[in-house]
Amino acid sequence: MGANDLNTIGQSVRRKEDYRFLIGAGQYTDDVNPPHHTHAYFLRSPHAHAKIRKTDTSKAKAAPGVVGIYTGADLTGVNGLPCGWLITGTDGQPMKEPPHPVLAQDKVRYVGDGIALVIAETPDQAKDAAELIDVDYEVLPAVVNPVDALKSGAPQIHDGAPGNKCYTWALGDKAAVDAAFAKAAHVTKLDIVNNRLIPNAIEPRAAVASYSRADDGYTLYVTSQNPHVERLLMTAFVLGLPETKVRVIAPDVGGGFGSKIYLYPEETAMVWASKRVNRPIKWTAERSESFLSDAHGRDHVTHAELALDKDGKFLAMRVHTTAAMGAYLSTFASCIPTILYATLLAGQYTTPAIYCEVTAVFTNTAPVDAYRGAGRPEATYVVERLVYAAAAEMGIAQDEIRRRNFIRKFPYQTPVALLYDTGGYDACLDEAMKMADVRGFAARKAEAAKRGKLRGLGYSSYIEACGIAPSNIAGALGARAGLYEVGEVRVNPTGGVTVFTGSHSHGQGHETTFSQVVASRLGIPIENVEIVHGDTGRIPFGMGTYGSRSLAVGGTAIIKALDKVVAKGKKIAAHLLEAAEADIEFKDGKFNVAGTDRSKAFGEVALAAYVPHNYPLDKLEPGLDETAFYDPTNFTFPAGTHICEVEVDPETGVVQIVDFSACDDFGNIINPMIVEGQVHGGLAQGIGQALLECCVYDKETGQLLTGSYMDYAMPRAAHLPSFKVATKVTPCTHNPLGAKGCGEAGAIGAPAALMNAVHDALAAAGVKYIDMPATPHRVWNAIQAAKH
Amino acid sequence: MSVALSLTVNGKAERAEIDPRTLLVEFIRNDLGLTGTHVGCDTGQCGACTVLIDGNAVKACTILAVQAEAAKVTTIEGLANNGEMHPMQAAFKECHGLQCGFCTPGMVLSAIDLVQRHPNADEKKIRAELEGNLCRCTGYQNIVKAVAQGAAAMRR
Repeated sequence: MGANDLNTIGQSVRRKEDYRFLIGAGQYTDDVNPPHHTHAYFLRSPHAHAKIRKTDTSKAKAAPGVVGIYTGADLTGVNGLPCGWLITGTDGQPMKEPPHPVLAQDKVRYVGDGIALVIAETPDQAKDAAELIDVDYEVLPAVVNPVDALKSGAPQIHDGAPGNKCYTWALGDKAAVDAAFAKAAHVTKLDIVNNRLIPNAIEPRAAVASYSRADDGYTLYVTSQNPHVERLLMTAFVLGLPETKVRVIAPDVGGGFGSKIYLYPEETAMVWASKRVNRPIKWTAERSESFLSDAHGRDHVTHAELALDKDGKFLAMRVHTTAAMGAYLSTFASCIPTILYATLLAGQYTTPAIYCEVTAVFTNTAPVDAYRGAGRPEATYVVERLVYAAAAEMGIAQDEIRRRNFIRKFPYQTPVALLYDTGGYDACLDEAMKMADVRGFAARKAEAAKRGKLRGLGYSSYIEACGIAPSNIAGALGARAGLYEVGEVRVNPTGGVTVFTGSHSHGQGHETTFSQVVASRLGIPIENVEIVHGDTGRIPFGMGTYGSRSLAVGGTAIIKALDKVVAKGKKIAAHLLEAAEADIEFKDGKFNVAGTDRSKAFGEVALAAYVPHNYPLDKLEPGLDETAFYDPTNFTFPAGTHICEVEVDPETGVVQIVDFSACDDFGNIINPMIVEGQVHGGLAQGIGQALLECCVYDKETGQLLTGSYMDYAMPRAAHLPSFKVATKVTPCTHNPLGAKGCGEAGAIGAPAALMNAVHDALAAAGVKYIDMPATPHRVWNAIQAAKH
Repeated sequence: MSVALSLTVNGKAERAEIDPRTLLVEFIRNDLGLTGTHVGCDTGQCGACTVLIDGNAVKACTILAVQAEAAKVTTIEGLANNGEMHPMQAAFKECHGLQCGFCTPGMVLSAIDLVQRHPNADEKKIRAELEGNLCRCTGYQNIVKAVAQGAAAMRR
């Protein structure tokens, strides 16, 4: 094999992690069984809103096998769970941050709110004992819809948040927007519900907490996307422990999609209790618990308006959104409908003036936080539904109205704070139209009409801000943490390389993609690179994986560390080759003296660094192990166009996806196979939102009605088509990989493409508006209503 | 009270005294330590716990361990032969039919059962037959591709 064969950038290298998953050797949190461990069960509130008059655990404590039972009253010295992002309202006041107790204190605020941690010898004994806990509830009226929660007379959920309001926040130039609307030739208005979703990673949340008397330290295995952040929040803000005393390990994690970013009450209570019972404690959520207690996504109610001139040029956009927070502020809840939403309302367009006002509201439901896309799907849905409706109302073709408004000069400063570094929106639209055979659509529509079916074509030209985030900008916007990433490259004495990354893989294939980056840079076989992630005991630090940031931020941190390794390697090689450092080049795994055939292989230099017999010890430390922290200078801006074709059966209301074509620009791509897989998965979740999924709470009682896979419609294989996917490349201008991120694009672009197609199809039946999910029942009803 | 159980798992005879309410998946994971079989739900919907019982795919969370008395059970750990993956496992790797890996063991075993019943299944048939297995990562596209490729390899 020649050295050049070791450069695998751009190749669909098969995944290094797959073998262990395929032979059943993956190690997920529920597979961890420390000796002598106990089992936890959480007693949860059956009521959406109630005062706790009294909790009696005496009978339960006497039950067989019980090791310990703890309620909120027992957690002395334990603080509430913090929120990581401070939003300042239009009134200049900080958002309302009511306490988020680890276990309920005097009140429960949603069905599933934790009451007691029951620890026993077996899971069944813990569950049986929990049934013996006597809780005396005074049931209060509940409110589950964010608009209802703002009405006067609505049940008051927190004393510290009058009217259930967390904040009202705004972005943009209101006066400029109002002036533009006043002179508009056409105004399009929509009322939009962005349906509440339940993330549903197939691995339920789980934790195993242990305490060691030997060092007064704790070890927590947990299903986390960001173990260092979990540790920081848990120790510094909640438990008051030295950070160094808790090791958090997120081993193989079975999907996250946002829901495993957050610090949850369960593992926090377990770490605290592990010292009290002095035995390891294990808990794995049942799926019913996941439905009740995982942070949910979306749940927006929006009124949106687009002002256009007579030629269909966008003049201004005005958006008012009410966003549910759920019963408590989850870790990043507050920034989702603000910083990750309103800032994306320019989309791919030159709309000169945008104003967005968001009111965040507490409701008697599970907390709402980031779910794949997080704010950006909601923004794209607003923008692209408006664009569709405006074009339809004005009689402009769907591609044409987009072209008339595309941004084509970069860098581009939007009126909503973001600076797009680069993009090529026409190229993705052109390619998607080719893939979707838009030219043949009229004939297909006519043919379908002969069969009594309604065909529709829908576009979605989305943009996202990824690579989260420049810490200084995030900090100015209210982030209470930095958002850099960390990479350590440890060259071992025999030339093998161990990479420690703060990014966390829970399906994304980092062990392969990052290995490709490292092996290609160092000119070594990919097998010689080992990627270590998900362990605060082994990795210097890290901010974790979310917001499609792993390659753009985490990958760049690894590149920066590699640069340091190569720089030190040059010094060592210069000594060994008795040449000037400036004359040493590093190429294809060799340090060469420029213009000569004298060289030292990478492995020889590594060995010299660890066996420094012939080594410049007076000028250079031995060893070859470098760490870099990388803080991005801007967000990255993946963008693309998705086109969906549907056929609706007006007799049954069934929407069938005939074709889904996606052309995305993710910047440079390391592994196309993995990127395609990410797009497929995102599209499935976006289509799930548009066609199938909807979290429903009973309006009166606050009970979760969609609390199992029998009631919550997850996309299954037969619901989905084979997607056509393609990419165009404009490299990101501000990271060395030129990478933008690909994890969320599908979930961001798909809902609007599908719903625009549904609206296009239903226009022939006189239907003006329908909300997600476009279930047969909802579609059929809309068709019937339009007849009358 | 406990009951005696005797069965064959991955070719090995197993005998145990178990609580009669023990589910097969609990026995496999907790008593035998075969943690490749996963639990993703509590309503028999997700299929992550799928194993083969006498060659047929069964959701191991929906039956009691005692119902597998005298049966031959194959879990994901029992598919590879001396480190060489079963053709269906190899197809999943080749086609990128897995991401987080959690649904994968059940998906692979369901796929083997599917191919045994429908050796020439087309895409539509494969999608319909995977109805009992949920995947949240892949959008199923590469799983469908892997099943077709695995089927072709199994026919050889």
